[in-house]
Amino acid sequence: MNTATVSDAETPRSLKARILGTPSVGPLLVLLGFCVIFALTNPRFLATHNLSIILQQTVIIGVLAIGQTLVILTAGIDLAVGAICVLGTIVAGKLVNLGYDPVLSMGFAILLCTAAGLAAGGLVSGLRLPPFIVTLGILGILTAALRLISEGGAFPVRDPFLAWTGNTMKLGGFVLTYGVLIMFTLYAAVWYLLNQTKWGRHTYAIGNNAEAARLVGIPVRRHLLSVYVLAGLIYGIAAWLALGRIPNADPNAMQSANLDSITAVVIGGTSLFGGRGGLIGTLIGALIVGVLRNGLTLAGIDPLWQDLVTGILVIIAVALDQMSRRKS
Amino acid sequence: MADNPPHVVLEARNVVKTYGHVTALDGVDFELRAGEILAVVGDNGAGKSTLIKTLTGAVHPTSGDILLDGAPVHFKGPLDARHAGIETVYQDLAVAPALDIAANLFLGRELRAPGLLGRLFRRLDKTRMREEARRAMGELKFRLPAIDNPVESLSGGQRQGVAVARAALFARKLVIMDEPTAALGVRETGQVLELIRSIRDRGLPVALISHNMPNVFDIADRIHIMRLGRRAAVVTPKTHSMNDVVAIMTGAATA
Repeated sequence: MNTATVSDAETPRSLKARILGTPSVGPLLVLLGFCVIFALTNPRFLATHNLSIILQQTVIIGVLAIGQTLVILTAGIDLAVGAICVLGTIVAGKLVNLGYDPVLSMGFAILLCTAAGLAAGGLVSGLRLPPFIVTLGILGILTAALRLISEGGAFPVRDPFLAWTGNTMKLGGFVLTYGVLIMFTLYAAVWYLLNQTKWGRHTYAIGNNAEAARLVGIPVRRHLLSVYVLAGLIYGIAAWLALGRIPNADPNAMQSANLDSITAVVIGGTSLFGGRGGLIGTLIGALIVGVLRNGLTLAGIDPLWQDLVTGILVIIAVALDQMSRRKS
Repeated sequence: MADNPPHVVLEARNVVKTYGHVTALDGVDFELRAGEILAVVGDNGAGKSTLIKTLTGAVHPTSGDILLDGAPVHFKGPLDARHAGIETVYQDLAVAPALDIAANLFLGRELRAPGLLGRLFRRLDKTRMREEARRAMGELKFRLPAIDNPVESLSGGQRQGVAVARAALFARKLVIMDEPTAALGVRETGQVLELIRSIRDRGLPVALISHNMPNVFDIADRIHIMRLGRRAAVVTPKTHSMNDVVAIMTGAATA
């Protein structure tokens, strides 16, 4: 009757299982594959100058994708990514142009973005509304409000502090902007949060099985709120990086940021169903998009192909995720 | 030994729970003794679940007393009961599938690294959690793949084993299980029952709700039979047959 075996010997996890179990291996291979193809077809691709440009082009989507990863890990989705970031650029730009202190203006703008995250998180966790609907609503509200504030048009923002993130420094033969360094720092910090702290564990657990998380005593609603607040803060920082790249505050900018950030997250192997994946994958995913755009442009291929290839990659990534879930 | 009545760990006296005009518990008594597995059986609607929920703090009794180690307790919610040393295992598998076994065992009760890394940087002590998880699984003699495997790679029985082991690891007084094998096959049920036995053998009393009479007779030391919101009888598998128990449950006989 008793079928349980009495043994405390563990079956160790094989190296192969470990490597295949690491979700960012697939995306990494895809990234390396594209790099090899582009390097072989165009020697200019691997020039340090070009690699620096790829990084600079990846910065904004790369940083927005950090917040998007956090939200998606909790089985949510954030459609207000771009709108919250634009909120940051418009508010900071407007205040500076009105003569306010640039540091305080940027700080206030980042605070507003954080507040937008708080509003999204409050509606998701407090009223238990679907994240898709909440962030879609915030996208609409912010887009309209920002066009009203800026009277419909873009305006230039000329301030050395706001533009600082676009300044360059030399690292080896590499020219890096401070924005690129901020991006890597953010990735490192949030990676630590996700992988080395209780907060990260709970984020994964909620995305995995919110009911189980509640039963073991994790304050699920409060935790969700904190995830959206942190995401808002990150979108605010992305606004500063955006002003460093283009010294222009444009209410119509970043319309593709939602889909691009989701693309980076999904190509990076994070599951849209929540609880699986991580930031290393997202960084690789953002780089894949950046490399693809850059490589195809260098090859002189019509930019429309970029979106087509990205679209195919997204579908493949989601299909793989779906298949691996069905298997288990 | 038999002269000393065993210590009563958890007790309910004359507990009543009404929802409007509906009486779910009609003055029920309950007694879980040290070192025993007490099965709680009863027909649907007899009040099993409500009784267990009052014991774990999920439901507040309308009247009556609950005593833990002889002292009255008033749980405001399940967290209160947990802080008092009562752990609960649920029927549905309360695990996070993508997290590994060690992470699931310590879910919600993660250990932080010592020193500055833990205090300032809030760093988890993954090594210690893995070691503790290995030790706990070894003590419970529960066979599992390596502790850093995701729970989704386990069988249903092993997953429930993780949830049961989690309760055993953190319970200081007793473990309550609400149909822990309802979602499992025969072989897997066997694994989990074996695990429940080793929890008792380590000294933690277990209150187990179950619909499955053969399981109950296989594992229970005593059987608490609910009927119409009251305790109809407490019997043992030695003195009564399954038919006797079913007869008491349905009111066809008395103990």
